Amino acid sequence: MSPLFLNTLEVILNGLMAGVMYALVALGFVLIYKASGIFNYAQGVMALFAALTLVGFQKGQIPFSHLINAIFGTKLHHWGDGMNTFLAIIATMVVMVIFAWLLEKIVLKHMVNQAPIILFMTTIGLAYFMEGFGDLMWGADIKNMDVGLPSGGSLWLEDFTRGWAAEGTEYYGMYIDVLDVWAAGIAILLVIALTLFSQYTKTGRALRAVADDHQAALTVGISLRSIWIIVWSLAGFVALVAGIMWGSKSGVQFSLSLIALKALPVLILGGFTSIPGAIVGGLIIGVGEKLFEFSIGAMIGGATENWFAYVLALAFLMFRPQGLFGEKIIERV
Amino acid sequence: MFYREAGDFKTSYAKDQQSFPIKLDRYWVWGVLAFAFLVVPFFINDYWEKSVLLPFLVWSMAALGLNILTGYCGQVSLGTGGFMAVGAYACYKLMVAFPGLNIFFVVILAGLITAIVGIGFGLPSLRIKGFYLAVATLASQFFLVWMFNKIPWFYNHSASGMITSHERLMFGVPITGASAPPWATYLFCLTLVTIFAFVARNLTRGRIGRSWMAIRDMDIAAEIIGVPPLRAKLSAFAVSSFYIGMSGAMLFGVYLGSAEPTEAFGIDKSFLVLFMVIIGGLGSILGSFLGAAFLVLIPVLMKNIMVGAFGWPADLAAHLELLFIGALIMFFLIVEPHGLAQLWRMTKEKLRLWPFPH
Repeated sequence: MSPLFLNTLEVILNGLMAGVMYALVALGFVLIYKASGIFNYAQGVMALFAALTLVGFQKGQIPFSHLINAIFGTKLHHWGDGMNTFLAIIATMVVMVIFAWLLEKIVLKHMVNQAPIILFMTTIGLAYFMEGFGDLMWGADIKNMDVGLPSGGSLWLEDFTRGWAAEGTEYYGMYIDVLDVWAAGIAILLVIALTLFSQYTKTGRALRAVADDHQAALTVGISLRSIWIIVWSLAGFVALVAGIMWGSKSGVQFSLSLIALKALPVLILGGFTSIPGAIVGGLIIGVGEKLFEFSIGAMIGGATENWFAYVLALAFLMFRPQGLFGEKIIERV
Repeated sequence: MFYREAGDFKTSYAKDQQSFPIKLDRYWVWGVLAFAFLVVPFFINDYWEKSVLLPFLVWSMAALGLNILTGYCGQVSLGTGGFMAVGAYACYKLMVAFPGLNIFFVVILAGLITAIVGIGFGLPSLRIKGFYLAVATLASQFFLVWMFNKIPWFYNHSASGMITSHERLMFGVPITGASAPPWATYLFCLTLVTIFAFVARNLTRGRIGRSWMAIRDMDIAAEIIGVPPLRAKLSAFAVSSFYIGMSGAMLFGVYLGSAEPTEAFGIDKSFLVLFMVIIGGLGSILGSFLGAAFLVLIPVLMKNIMVGAFGWPADLAAHLELLFIGALIMFFLIVEPHGLAQLWRMTKEKLRLWPFPH
């Protein structure tokens, strides 16, 4: 096999891995959109917030120490050695549930029956709020996240593929980050778990009922408000997983919240209402943008990943305005 | 009692159809304009110009543009930053290519160029609707900013990749460049904003504005009763981009003086303008100004209080500012989703009845 073919194969594989990472963020969007019709722009910031909280617990930081120091002139920073990873994850999850509960209590219950654009703007406001809140709570410096996931290139794959190239050509084997493979595995588990949860549990059925029809769900005695808390907690959980993955990959910092912008084209390509759509959309975007950057990007100045995903999604939308797997939009007068 | 239309009789159709049919409204508008044109220029200093008045005028222009598209025609756009970049770069290229051209016309031409680009990026709106369109407009945001970063022709191959505005005169007074006096830049922007606010007001009252509103309220029904969606949507994109392009040209040429696409025209600018429109009030010309004033003034005020009065570190103040603005936006949307303009309408309603409750 020629090295060019192998390189292309490597790019496609890496694209698939990247696509899974995008899908991980997109999943959180889909969950909330399906259950409450809210297009939650804050999903990326929620991932950032979850990651910040996790690192803060792990390292044993005192929340708001910066603010307290500024007001009272103290010099607080840590309360000891911190927790072990497992405890920290549990504690972070508790924080995310409390956050979901507060959000419903303070904001969302007032927003019932508002226009979708207003709800969307609320989540953008929420994104600003959480960004400021997270920075205030844990500080804005770049943190390293280490939850025990392996990282670095897979030596096994490199050795395995080295012999594939034709005799006499220079080829050093494929490079794939082990972390990406782990992320892919975890994402698949997450999707299976979510599917099982929504198909076979009582709460899951209630979730689907609410997604179908708010009023009908209310009439059969499903509490809309508790469902919303559950949905936002679930989205918080997905955000935590995404935060752990992206945080271990590239550090916990502000730019982590920008993964939301990576997930948006995935969403419109797959359709807002479909979990399989988020996965397939993620894979298409991941492979598409990596291949484009590899083949054409270098010729026109590089860094095309920022916009190519959007253009690709736009091209798909031209043929299917509701995305690949979205529910068909039926319009009546 | 203080605000009423009673006794204000119209004796001709022209009077009945004027922009502000109520006498008190007219006095109010003329009063504000007289104050802005005749009083403020004598008291303006560098600080007020650079941190309050110019940003307010520039962002008002952008908010007017986005309000036409989102508030009147119902097409949510997140590409405002990209279109402002088009205006800024068009302004730069025109400045360099035609040194003799009056800066006033440079800004308007930059707006026209942006309008053409806007029509191009508005084409998908004929097929895609709602949030799908909102996300699709992000394509223009990212693509345009990337293009201005990567193609050296746009910034005339300058080593830093930045564009810098040159000194251009109007009536013998420099408007752009480092030596422009505060009152001149202020009056220049104010004139442009005033003219085009009146244009927008009248556009939205007329046939074309009504066709936009019909599309906003229900596009299928509008199509059935004979409003052509193609013309209405694309004209909304064109007019909106025209305004946004002019504001980009003003931002770069008059206010900042130099710009770099990722920093000055990033996605956060698109959101900022969208916030202005929502907080001010969708579908309201006054709302565009109120929203811009609100979001320009609040950060200045908060910075002065926290860093100036309490002496807190600047990064802490920045975090608190983010938190506060986010909370404020949510608060506003909960309390009054129709924006500051709606509050103003309610105040007028109250004033009309005051001091009697009914």
